[in-house]
Amino acid sequence: MESISIEGTPKTPTVNFDAATGIVEIKGRSIPENSIEFYRPLVEWLEEYSKEPQKLTTVNIQLEYFNTSSSKCILDVFKKLEAIKKARNEVVINWYYEEDDEDMLEAGEDYESIIRIPFKMIEVVD
Amino acid sequence: MSFNIDERYKKMNKGEVLLAYKGSITAELITNVLGVVESKLDHVISKSITKKKIYNILVESLQNLYHHVDDLPDEINEGMDIHFGIFVISKVDEQYVIRTGNFLKNDKVKKLKERLDKIKSLSKDELKELYKFVLNNQKFSDKGGGGLGLIDIARRTDGRVDYEFDEFDDNYSFFNLNITI
Repeated sequence: MESISIEGTPKTPTVNFDAATGIVEIKGRSIPENSIEFYRPLVEWLEEYSKEPQKLTTVNIQLEYFNTSSSKCILDVFKKLEAIKKARNEVVINWYYEEDDEDMLEAGEDYESIIRIPFKMIEVVD
Repeated sequence: MSFNIDERYKKMNKGEVLLAYKGSITAELITNVLGVVESKLDHVISKSITKKKIYNILVESLQNLYHHVDDLPDEINEGMDIHFGIFVISKVDEQYVIRTGNFLKNDKVKKLKERLDKIKSLSKDELKELYKFVLNNQKFSDKGGGGLGLIDIARRTDGRVDYEFDEFDDNYSFFNLNITI
């Protein structure tokens, strides 16, 4: 299965999805006007990956900003990961947030309470 | 006609104005404005969290404009730019204020008013629950908006969101949103 590697722009994040290592990363900014277009291939990739996932999938989400249009798409990503976990695979989600960024920490907690995978909250200190 | 766009724009330019714009609201414009505002904020605010809050709210309010502006019909718009909207970012008494304005069809006013009044009446925890409910249960609208923008803004500002509607004619109103950070 091919990996996904997308470089970030001022409005879209850096994405690295690697089926061989089971590492799924989204970093940077996610603030496009229409997020569905950007996230559709990512959700489709996870759908494909979920057929034959690694024993351990490690997810690193490190967003500086994301808009509400992205927030639904990010939830779709998490729901695919939840399905992988439900099929008895290990999924670890690392949610990174900048020191003192309570809003970003709370955003992670919101997702954590919707999907049934515990998040590791990691504070990034400059 | 009682409503005058230039007067309204003048009224919105209150305080120490960081940036004011009146014209077409496009995705490119938003990208450029965010770039300009971000570097400006770097100069005037040292606290990274405050900058982030302003930036986040600016993204939501501009994209709300982008998704919800109604164009006036050609015969009455007097050469106004298409997808017309206004926004002003200013500092008033040590607080940052973001004001946006756009035309809206009158048949949408009642629903928007009710929505804003409801959001304004909710506590922090209630807003959190509403946000999570909408996030998890509602589909995207055909305009691509998630229906979460206003809730998100209210959450980040502890409900300091005010609005005003100016009647323009029988079919259109001008919607003003004022956000205090």
